Amino acid sequence: MTTSRRKFIKISALGLGGVAATTSAINVFGANSYLDDLVKQKVSKEFKRTATYCEVCFWKCAAWTYTNEEGEIKKIIGNEDDTHCEGRLCPRGTGGVGMYTDQDRLKTPLIRTTVNGEETFKEASWEEALDLIASKFKTVIDSHGPESIALIKHGSPGSHLEHLYKAFGSDTIAEPAYAQCRGPRETGFKSTFGSWVGSPEPTDIRDTKCLVLIGSHIGENMHNSQVQEMSDAIDNGATIITVDPRLSTAASKSKHWLAIKPATDIALMLSWMNVLIEEGLYDKAYVEKYGLGFDELKEHVKQFTPEWAYGITTIKPEEIRKTARVMAHAAPSVIIHPGRHVVWYGDDTQRARAMAILNGLLGSWGRRGGFYFKEKISVPKFPQPKYHHPKWGWKEIGEKYPLAEMGITSEVLRAAIPSDDNKYPVKALMVAGTNITKSIPDRKLLEEALEALDFVVVIDTMPMDVTGFADVVLPECTYLERFDGIRSATNRHPSIAVRVPAVPPKYDSKPAWWMAKQIGERLGVGEYFNYDDFKEVIEWQLKEMGTSLEEMEKIGVKNYPRKSGPMYLNEDEIYQFPTVSGKIEFYSQELKNLGFDPIPKYTAHPEPPQGFYRLNYGRAPMHTFSRTANNPNLNDLMDENKLWVNPKVARILRLKTNQEVWLKNQDDVTSTFSIKVRVTERVRWDSVYMVHGFGHDNKKLSNTYGKGINDTQLISKVAVDPIMGGTGMRGNFVTILTENPHKNTEI
Amino acid sequence: MRYAMVIDTLKCVGCSDCVVACQTENDVPIGYCRDWITETVSGTYPNLDLELKSERCNHCDNAPCVRCCPTGASHIVDGGIVLVTPEECIGCGACIESCPYDARYQHPDGYVDKCTFCHHRLEKGQLPACVSVCPTKCMYFGDLDNPNSEVSQLLKNRKYKTLAPEAGTDPHVFYLT
Repeated sequence: MTTSRRKFIKISALGLGGVAATTSAINVFGANSYLDDLVKQKVSKEFKRTATYCEVCFWKCAAWTYTNEEGEIKKIIGNEDDTHCEGRLCPRGTGGVGMYTDQDRLKTPLIRTTVNGEETFKEASWEEALDLIASKFKTVIDSHGPESIALIKHGSPGSHLEHLYKAFGSDTIAEPAYAQCRGPRETGFKSTFGSWVGSPEPTDIRDTKCLVLIGSHIGENMHNSQVQEMSDAIDNGATIITVDPRLSTAASKSKHWLAIKPATDIALMLSWMNVLIEEGLYDKAYVEKYGLGFDELKEHVKQFTPEWAYGITTIKPEEIRKTARVMAHAAPSVIIHPGRHVVWYGDDTQRARAMAILNGLLGSWGRRGGFYFKEKISVPKFPQPKYHHPKWGWKEIGEKYPLAEMGITSEVLRAAIPSDDNKYPVKALMVAGTNITKSIPDRKLLEEALEALDFVVVIDTMPMDVTGFADVVLPECTYLERFDGIRSATNRHPSIAVRVPAVPPKYDSKPAWWMAKQIGERLGVGEYFNYDDFKEVIEWQLKEMGTSLEEMEKIGVKNYPRKSGPMYLNEDEIYQFPTVSGKIEFYSQELKNLGFDPIPKYTAHPEPPQGFYRLNYGRAPMHTFSRTANNPNLNDLMDENKLWVNPKVARILRLKTNQEVWLKNQDDVTSTFSIKVRVTERVRWDSVYMVHGFGHDNKKLSNTYGKGINDTQLISKVAVDPIMGGTGMRGNFVTILTENPHKNTEI
Repeated sequence: MRYAMVIDTLKCVGCSDCVVACQTENDVPIGYCRDWITETVSGTYPNLDLELKSERCNHCDNAPCVRCCPTGASHIVDGGIVLVTPEECIGCGACIESCPYDARYQHPDGYVDKCTFCHHRLEKGQLPACVSVCPTKCMYFGDLDNPNSEVSQLLKNRKYKTLAPEAGTDPHVFYLT
């Protein structure tokens, strides 16, 4: 495309009006509800249920979609045999109905075009859109090779497109779930215990005596089985210790809330290690049997007394000692939870390592009430030709970061910007199932990359902001309308779940597997798509696994017994950890060899200048990132984020609850929209807080456009983790503006 | 038989699953709700208490909404459940004014609507939708007349409160504290 590159198009676009008039499923509500109740009692017997697993977040809980005789989706209920949900979905899963009924869904393929000098989208047929994608991809393949076509993806659609990419010879693939989320903890735990934490985390919360949450806010993040198990742990009288500058929901359930000064967690953990070792509270037998480098660790943490940590963390020495003793008392049934979104300050792998080391000292890895040994069942690969070996891919693009184990989205974007030393030129990009304007920080980098790219395709169910940067937009149908790959869960025991369409795709939307196949055939790699319907793939796989689609449609979830042995270490078991040394590495020779600290150190991070506050962000239980903000059911529960401000700050700045303010960060980035203030004691005076995922730019998202602030917009400063390339995002500072800075400009 | 709901505030995380489950189960229109979450913060940083809880109609024994209803649309059925018969309701709103829990709303179809304890589910031996879906299992439902029921046992063994006791309504939603 040669037009002035990528002027953001707000999908109000040409010719969409006609399609928008399609009958709304929202009109099913109404009439006389009591009479309805009577009718429903009859009708409900005739509700049909269809097996699925949820796609509103990555937990992928198995569920039943209930449809009435008219084929309308009435409700979604958790599958009782599923270990991810135990029959209880979270609000997002229950509200998954809204993903289907949302009237703002993408309804037809769109192609960027110019009319009277204005860039806009025109509705297109699938043929037209897919032909264009294939021809643009071929041009890049011919001139630069298949490697120059990148994929940034998330979730189920991502896996179908990953197959397409590998089929045509590109491994230039990345997802925000790594470098913008849990990457550092995987590296930190792997360098200590030899294996990733993985998802779902094998935390034995159900049986724990002490759960330690460091900035992890279970209950606001609705990682379903963990929330359920935390509740069980409360019933069982477990002690919860929460380290958080904000009174999170979890902090409010905690016996000990350590209201830490932001960015000082490593100092606290070093002093905990100091207490455990100096007071002889660590698990000596476990450390001796399984540990390596304990003497170096002991020497290292000698100086990091609670008194030392007090000045840094603002946590009182006696509180540090008391909590360390509580953990030791509960050990080995204690969990220093690895957290999930852990890209904070750029030394995140080291912070994750500090957590891992604490778990090692307390002997909780492989112990009941600590971390169990998880198990999954592998799904046989559908017979297809072997993938090509690309000349380069995500690994080479991220080669600066020696322990990166997945693609780094920000490096893939950087590779799209031409420069003399760019050996890995990315020329075209497909974005599937992730709104990268909100999931990847540093908007300048993103815009520069999008400007430089020859061709951009976006696949989504909704007109998310990122669609405005696309040359072609493909409307995906929702998870309730399609088959997808078998969910094989890693848990206390293996299980599989299937996703079967409850209703046909609405509008002119299609499943991602179909798009992948269509593009693949046009690119001449049809042999990788040797099926007419993805259903055939699942049918074959299930048969290989000793079951059938017919059976799975009836049960939804199948549980398998463990085969890998016990969930926990036996007394005196000789066990080889999958590290280089076979031991739990308190001292990491690998990190040392790469020039990194072999044992974590505390580094002071920048602090907010006068008049600025650290921008902290987090989750709300009824939303998943930015993808649910427009969902009518979930938007109804929370339709905007608010700026949490401590009353002391509010007094100085004369702010009142519900007053509209704008934010400006340290780099003079000003928020596009305003946000309402929430004056609350729940945050510290040195930081402000908001829920991530609001402040949508696209007017076509009619429920959520312009409501609240997009925190990612204000994250222009990124502290990159030198070990694995994670993008630390908690070092941005904002000042609060009470006057509209855009008064004289049009947004 | 006396139905009651018991909610453990020590476990509730305020996720609102009860709200959306009620909405889909009972076809509650978008923009309205029969149940909702409240958050109460007390103290000053960092000595704070936070209470989250799910609220709804309290299915009172001494229900002001039933007493003030001019048509008899608001009534009490077996098990102590307060219901509204839409075709008898003239939408006058007296009950909305009288309810100390603000539990009732004007349905766009012209009658007053509120929580039914999922009466239609109870008849089939199912729990109310909100109780059955709650991920923290902080909600309990059962028969207070049965001393061995889970709800009776919880109220016997745990500290609890009711909302607006000063209104003298004899509510049947209890909060463990």
